[in-house]
Amino acid sequence: MNDRLARAIRRSAPDPALGMFLTCGFPSPGETLGLMHAMEEGGADFIELGMPFSDPLAEGGPIQRSSARALAAGMTMQRTLQTAAAFRQTSTLPVVLMGYANPVMRYGLGNFFAACHSSGVDGIILPDVPVEEADPFLEEASRQDVNLIFLVSPLTPEARLRRIDSLSSGFVYAVSVAGVTGAELPDPDDVVRYVAAARHATKANPLLVGFGIRTREDVLRYAAVSDGCIVGSELVREIERAESESRSVKERVRQFVHMLKHGV
Amino acid sequence: MTYNAPDSTGHFGPYGGQFVPETLIPALDELRAAYAELAGDASFQDELSSMLRDYVGRPTALTYASRLTEAFGGARIYLKREDLCHTGAHKINNTAGQILLARRMGKRRIIAETGAGQHGVATATVCARFGMPCVVYMGAEDMERQELNVLRMRLLGAEVRPATSGSRTLKDATNEAIRDWVTNVRDTFYIIGSVVGPHPYPMMVRDFHAIIGQETSRQLQEQVGRDAPDVLLACVGGGSNAIGLFYPFLDRDDVRCIGVEASGEGLGGRHAATLTLGEPGVLHGALSYLLQNAEGQVELAHSISAGLDYPGVGPEHAFLKDSGRVTYVSATDEEAVRALEQVSELEGIIPALETAHAFARLPDIAAGMSSSELIVVNCSGRGDKDMGTISQYIQERDQ
Ligand SMILES: Cc1ncc(COP(=O)(O)O)c(C=O)c1O
Repeated sequence: MNDRLARAIRRSAPDPALGMFLTCGFPSPGETLGLMHAMEEGGADFIELGMPFSDPLAEGGPIQRSSARALAAGMTMQRTLQTAAAFRQTSTLPVVLMGYANPVMRYGLGNFFAACHSSGVDGIILPDVPVEEADPFLEEASRQDVNLIFLVSPLTPEARLRRIDSLSSGFVYAVSVAGVTGAELPDPDDVVRYVAAARHATKANPLLVGFGIRTREDVLRYAAVSDGCIVGSELVREIERAESESRSVKERVRQFVHMLKHGV
Repeated sequence: MTYNAPDSTGHFGPYGGQFVPETLIPALDELRAAYAELAGDASFQDELSSMLRDYVGRPTALTYASRLTEAFGGARIYLKREDLCHTGAHKINNTAGQILLARRMGKRRIIAETGAGQHGVATATVCARFGMPCVVYMGAEDMERQELNVLRMRLLGAEVRPATSGSRTLKDATNEAIRDWVTNVRDTFYIIGSVVGPHPYPMMVRDFHAIIGQETSRQLQEQVGRDAPDVLLACVGGGSNAIGLFYPFLDRDDVRCIGVEASGEGLGGRHAATLTLGEPGVLHGALSYLLQNAEGQVELAHSISAGLDYPGVGPEHAFLKDSGRVTYVSATDEEAVRALEQVSELEGIIPALETAHAFARLPDIAAGMSSSELIVVNCSGRGDKDMGTISQYIQERDQ
């Protein structure tokens, strides 16, 4: 069983594990690989690489924009897999691909998971594939020894959460609020209570929290009751800000990740 | 054979299902349970029947189209007059059912997506009737094309929110509605406008429209002493008016069902013929046929009729296509406008542009049948909303 991801998350303790999300092909296809290295240098414990999709219905504005820009620049599934493979040549940092069912099914589940395996991809997150629809995905993932990471939300009942935990591998992704990525977190105390309860009920996997996490303070708050955090939309905003100020995107990404991970 | 779909997990053969974010699964479970309970609840069914009779205006007429029959020289043609429903299209059969369900479930806020604005108007209407706040998502592009329906929705007290992402049409309005639902799922009911989306929507919306076929059977019996025609004909966007007409007859091997998609500029150009030219894929919560490129990115549809301008189609139609039970053909923008003119002149009925696609295939089908045979066309809506589009099209065509 591929446990590079779970080990990386556990190894980071007592520091919070930090997963950084970036859409492959954003801000441009030529920059993604360099930014993956910048995230590693900044202290990310794993990288979540987004597979762009025309209709990303679980995403808020920033990740929608990054996805649209990547597609307009000609990003394809093949190039996303190649980017992951190129990163794997020079790094042992775990890589997770995140995206939507249709491009994956179009590529062919067998082909896709085989390509993930040979590209050194450790796990897959598909927010529009709940456990109800997951059987064919689970089968191919297990055949190719790739983790399949499921999500839980504040509305997931406990019995269901346990079932999701038992089918998940790598980690369980706890969505912080009912909402889309980049959402405002209206009441941090509510999120803390829910995450703590979810962490308690999750026995087989580490539990990481994502959606709407922006600052070092957020990371510390939610990591205290979980195994770590995932940040995505705010990285897109940082990159957009760096672009509009004509600053080095790579340096900005390294600093932002370093701040989230180490507080300086 | 008894037709029995979907299965308990919401699949029509391989199609359908629930391809949605985890946050929506508990809401879909709640909806499925509430619907299962109320579908067999006499007081709910009575409430729905009264609303359909006293507010929507059902039963709608079944009209013998004598001059169309004469013109094509074949089968006797009957029109199921959904254009006579309150708000001018079949869409309100479904919004009436869903709003009563939402009220029983204690939901306080309604959202919907709309393309042409017909479903948005039908939703805003029932929300006004029950004093419920209503937000309708509409592609920014469609808001310009269908200005009149935007005004109608606003007069009815709905808030119309432009969808500015992607192609700024129905597909994107649906994405926005789903994002709203994920965010406000605790108190919000999403009234989907066709037999699309995650289970149980395709089944539930079909059931609310099945009254179209049920009345047709009864009215044929009264008018000609037969409880089924030889052919049923309807346009297919998401597929709700078509399945509403077909569904009660799917067990009858002697009834042919034909759905007509929009082939826009023609099948070689920009079109919306999802079943004819699409391939299986996942969009908006279900596996069905989909217009997509080799990368699995969703392609833009095109049709002169905003209500057919959608790259997906209901999963039950995908299943009925593969099984061969229903035949799907298509009609171009040009053929639809010609048919609209012809039906207007011969029957004194101006159909919606969506409906006109079904009429466009009528001559070939009717002419190949004998005068003892019957064909029923679902006249899904009236054309008033399309006057701007038609006047522009005819001006450009005839100059
Ligand atoms: C009059 C009319 N007919 C048909 C349609 C297409 O939808 P469906 O295929 O779900 O019946 C619409 C959609 O707006 C409509 O307004």
